[in-house]
Amino acid sequence: MSDVYVVTEHQAPESLDGVSYELLNAGRGVADDLGVDLVAVVVGGDTDGYLDELGVADRVVGVTDASLDEFNPVAYASAVESVVSQASPRLLLTSVTSIGMDVAPRVARSTDLPLVSYVTDVSVDGGDVVATSQLYGGKMFVDSALGGDPAILAVAKGAYDADGGRESGTPEVEEVGVDAADAGIRFVERHEPEAGDVDITRVDRLLAIGRGIGEEDNIPMAEETADALGAALASSRPLTDNKWLPKSRQVGKSGKTVQPDLYVAAGISGAPEHIEGMKNSGLIVAINTDEEAPIFDYADYGIAGDLFEVLPALTEQAE
Amino acid sequence: MDIAVPIRTVPDPVEELEADPDGTDIDREWTEFVLNEFDEHAVEEAVLLKEARDEGDTITVVALDDGLAEVEQMLYTAAAKGVDRLVRIIDVPPGLSTSGAASLLGSFLGDGDFDAVFTGVQSAEDRDGQLAGMLGHELDVPNVCVITGVDVDGDELVVEKEFSGGVTATYAVDTPAVLGIQAASEPPRYVAVSQIRRVMRSAEIETVDAADLGAPAEPGSDVVGLHEPERGGEAEMLTGSPEEAAAALADVLADHGMEV
Repeated sequence: MSDVYVVTEHQAPESLDGVSYELLNAGRGVADDLGVDLVAVVVGGDTDGYLDELGVADRVVGVTDASLDEFNPVAYASAVESVVSQASPRLLLTSVTSIGMDVAPRVARSTDLPLVSYVTDVSVDGGDVVATSQLYGGKMFVDSALGGDPAILAVAKGAYDADGGRESGTPEVEEVGVDAADAGIRFVERHEPEAGDVDITRVDRLLAIGRGIGEEDNIPMAEETADALGAALASSRPLTDNKWLPKSRQVGKSGKTVQPDLYVAAGISGAPEHIEGMKNSGLIVAINTDEEAPIFDYADYGIAGDLFEVLPALTEQAE
Repeated sequence: MDIAVPIRTVPDPVEELEADPDGTDIDREWTEFVLNEFDEHAVEEAVLLKEARDEGDTITVVALDDGLAEVEQMLYTAAAKGVDRLVRIIDVPPGLSTSGAASLLGSFLGDGDFDAVFTGVQSAEDRDGQLAGMLGHELDVPNVCVITGVDVDGDELVVEKEFSGGVTATYAVDTPAVLGIQAASEPPRYVAVSQIRRVMRSAEIETVDAADLGAPAEPGSDVVGLHEPERGGEAEMLTGSPEEAAAALADVLADHGMEV
């Protein structure tokens, strides 16, 4: 058995995370190219609720144990190691998420399998696999040759379409046992995001600011422009890390995914983590001093300029 | 509590990157390298924890030095922030994989008696995966990443882990453990050059030869090509003075039925 295995993920009960279907979509293509089966791996305390939309897979492997009820990095890694040792996958696909980043590197070292991370594309040529990673904040794609040997590919969120991997139906389920050793990690409690002053996922227009804003004192200037545009103010990660804006305003991987009619990104270079959260917006406008910034690849319109000049000009224009 | 913080360097995010003549790595010779920003957060979180506890914890920062960055400066800066012990692992091969870094650091840290290892959640060069999980295996201890806050309760670390969509969860972790820090509880502190200079007079940097830590683990795959993103979906640029560009944008918005 040397098939393509996909490690699905879930946070909410009764439904897999969307990223699982992205992985299944990626895995289906690679399995077909290799002429092997696609197997969905579902890990949890009780996996029954997660099996309804796995029609894209040929088989399902369930790893069920009370120790896997909540995500636990070491327990989950042990579960995936069990699958690897029992099934010897040709390829094991994981996601570059908070879950996958805990599991894949540990499993790679413990099983001695090569790991390629931040994968956005996988090509198969006569059984040889080349995985393309998006590195350096989105500025460079790097091709890794894996030959015909087993490997783990950690796929970047958003690289594949989830709809292509979601199909109703439950293939045959096989249970794999796990040695529920003491993981040394105990789940305590979950915290849902705090309701913010503004729900940036529900407004029509957003002005998002990034590192280019320089310092906290410059934020009122951006707020003025946002007001003038009839937009709410959002930001990339560095600003909420610095506590200049509340977490509820953060767009991207660990923040919100937004889809406003208008998204103006000022002083945001366009790291993949940010792009993930805004790329499906309607009209995207980027303002950045660096003409080579990746954000311009995702924008409909761009202004290569200093936000400290362009935003006040925009405010004046709008007023 | 003894905390170790491994730090790595990455190309300055503002730098343009080019492939080397072989097309199998970035051209390191002409690239500026800076401290991985997530590692800076890891240093900060360690210092914050030490200050909050005020129980004489010690922090050791361990830098992988491939000779391409001002690593001594980074270590002295860490000392000025409150780090107690500075270690520089020298003659690290440039472009070392994360697997290789994990094996070298695992070898060094395994000899120490650390209660916790804080490291940045990722680096821009983590082609073969992230350090925290690999170190967790190397040291045979628990690992948890995407951490935004660390506390201590008895012998346990109490950590906040971030999931997608702003969901977080609290975990209790036995020590020793490896934590991949996403963001420190407070923004990394600034230290003035004068403070760093003062520290340089007394702080000592221990050096360890990478060769003494064993052969670095291989990533198991070969880089066969580098390419820049295709600029296919390039934006239509609005040119002219800031005022002209702003006026052009207002016209674009009006054309899309968005009056401002």
